[in-house]
Amino acid sequence: MLRTLKLVNGQQTTGNGKGFWLCFLAVLAAALVYPAFADSYDVGNFCYFLIWVFMALGLSLMWGYGGMLSFGQTFFFGIAGYSYGVLAINFGGGSLTWLALVLAVGIAMVAAIVLGYFMIWGRVGGVFFGIVTLSATLVLAFFLGQTAGPEWRIGPARLNGFNGMKGMDPLTLTWGDEDIFFEGTLLYYLVVALIVLVYLGLRILVNSRFGNVVVAVREDPQRAELLGYDVRKYQLATFAIGSGLAGLSGVLYTSWGQFITPSSVGLPAAAMPIVWVAFSGRSDLTATLVGSFLLLFGFQTLTIYSQQLALVLMGALLLATVMLAPQGFVIGLARLIGRQLGALRAKGRTDGALPDAPAREA
Amino acid sequence: MFAELFSTFYQFADVFAFLILSAAGLAIVFGMMGVINMAHGEFIMCGAYVTVGLVHAGVPLPLAQACATIAAGLIGVVVEVLIVRKLYKRPLDTLLATWGLSLIVTQGLLILLGSSIPGIGTPEGSFTVGPYTFSTYRLVLFACAIGVLAAIYVIFMRTRFGVMARATMQNAAMAQALGVKVGGVYAASFGLGAALAGLCGALYAPTMTLIPTMGATFVVESFVTVVVGGANVLLGTAPAGVLLATVRMLLNANYGQIIGQIGMLVAVILIIRVLPEGISGLLVRRGR
Repeated sequence: MLRTLKLVNGQQTTGNGKGFWLCFLAVLAAALVYPAFADSYDVGNFCYFLIWVFMALGLSLMWGYGGMLSFGQTFFFGIAGYSYGVLAINFGGGSLTWLALVLAVGIAMVAAIVLGYFMIWGRVGGVFFGIVTLSATLVLAFFLGQTAGPEWRIGPARLNGFNGMKGMDPLTLTWGDEDIFFEGTLLYYLVVALIVLVYLGLRILVNSRFGNVVVAVREDPQRAELLGYDVRKYQLATFAIGSGLAGLSGVLYTSWGQFITPSSVGLPAAAMPIVWVAFSGRSDLTATLVGSFLLLFGFQTLTIYSQQLALVLMGALLLATVMLAPQGFVIGLARLIGRQLGALRAKGRTDGALPDAPAREA
Repeated sequence: MFAELFSTFYQFADVFAFLILSAAGLAIVFGMMGVINMAHGEFIMCGAYVTVGLVHAGVPLPLAQACATIAAGLIGVVVEVLIVRKLYKRPLDTLLATWGLSLIVTQGLLILLGSSIPGIGTPEGSFTVGPYTFSTYRLVLFACAIGVLAAIYVIFMRTRFGVMARATMQNAAMAQALGVKVGGVYAASFGLGAALAGLCGALYAPTMTLIPTMGATFVVESFVTVVVGGANVLLGTAPAGVLLATVRMLLNANYGQIIGQIGMLVAVILIIRVLPEGISGLLVRRGR
């Protein structure tokens, strides 16, 4: 148990030192006291940004660590979001919404395993992996867009085409006769807790034996196979986890607004996770967490003035990242700062330690 | 009896033309350089907009379509020189860069031109076979698709450029050592791919609503055709078109458009399980 927890630090993650964890605790503390100082509208908005972070972390795992560039994050987002809506309406709300959450994420993961099986066992590589997942995403968006008629219903739940599905309960705890709805501040704390859990869990996962194999497969699938690993199983598991996280985002999104439309599946929504993760630095979970949050915050601020302008900027950002900093801007900046700090520390010492050694205590 | 057969052929031809015309440009770029141009839909949109703009300015439709094709091709060369050229060693990054470009162009045009501009209407003209009436323009589109395939064959098999292009495709370093200007071949191929995308947009412009995001209507069909066809545009794209058009036509006729599209996607996912390199991959392996 303790050994597992120790894997939260390791060679697949940056930021393993005391300084990093002190910063982590400071940010977490700030996040926890934030609702006390902000009005409920801002807390709701903040919560909205955080909801998308799961999807970004999932993509970082698949793409940065596993080398699988999936353009289908919103596919699984949509499957889980709509599933949650359908299930929550059919269950009639109450504490069963939690079962709806688990089932919806489960459905998204099953969908990922089915799609992933055909692609990974067919050995569809690189470029095709992206466009097959994107094709599936766009077809789902077209399909959902034409479900406006009353015949498109599952039990009492109507899909409603482009107008979107609504009327599902948010996540709810029934306590005696009282319903506690997870909205506003309560949902915010739930999402923060989930992010901490998922973030630490993913750190442990990528530093574990499993994570090392996944990275080995990214580096050279053939060599990993010759070392005796069934590459396909590792890839499929990574794809299922990453897509499941997109599903978690979808469920939380639907619960947050009690509403979901096909436009959160199709274009340009499908490009957004790619922009966040590419800009942040796909090869590191922390960079993805920080960068995605910053971009979502910036995007929302701009959207108030013009959504198109915000999207043009996201496109420009993606183009700039690829041309100027293919590893990502946030990770690049973090490494630069790390190097500067290392150099400063080296200067302070008389024995002249290696100036390039980053702060990496095991 | 003949009328029913012709009607089936007509439906097949309609889907086939759509698949081939939307995929040909993408397939050439993928075959030559191993990259997927995610802004493919925007080159199609560009062709459609230039066509409609010129027709509104009084240019006859066929001439406007030719101009649109050339315009898209020229823009393609510019994009190749400015962006794609710098990323040949990183094929996945080319996808990202062109996707960024696609976002900039669609959303930028939404700001500049608004959501939709007035269309020009499908050219009149119809004919009847037995009890059914058919649009002539749809058959023109089918003829154009066949023409595009024939033109690709002639360009790659019968011209000096084609020889250099095929040499580059097989082994770029060796081709360069033998004096082929590989950079020029890449730029020309990307331009050709963009021009074919522009042609697709130009041909479908009269039949569609023009909105800056119209490229998205074509991308699924073009992606799946290229995935099934594989890297060799001559061997792969046409059989992939026939195969997918058959699946799509049967489902469309019985269950409607959306089931047709879902069915086509499912067929593609099943096909890649057994043919990860597409039809041309299979044919090339057999040929050895």
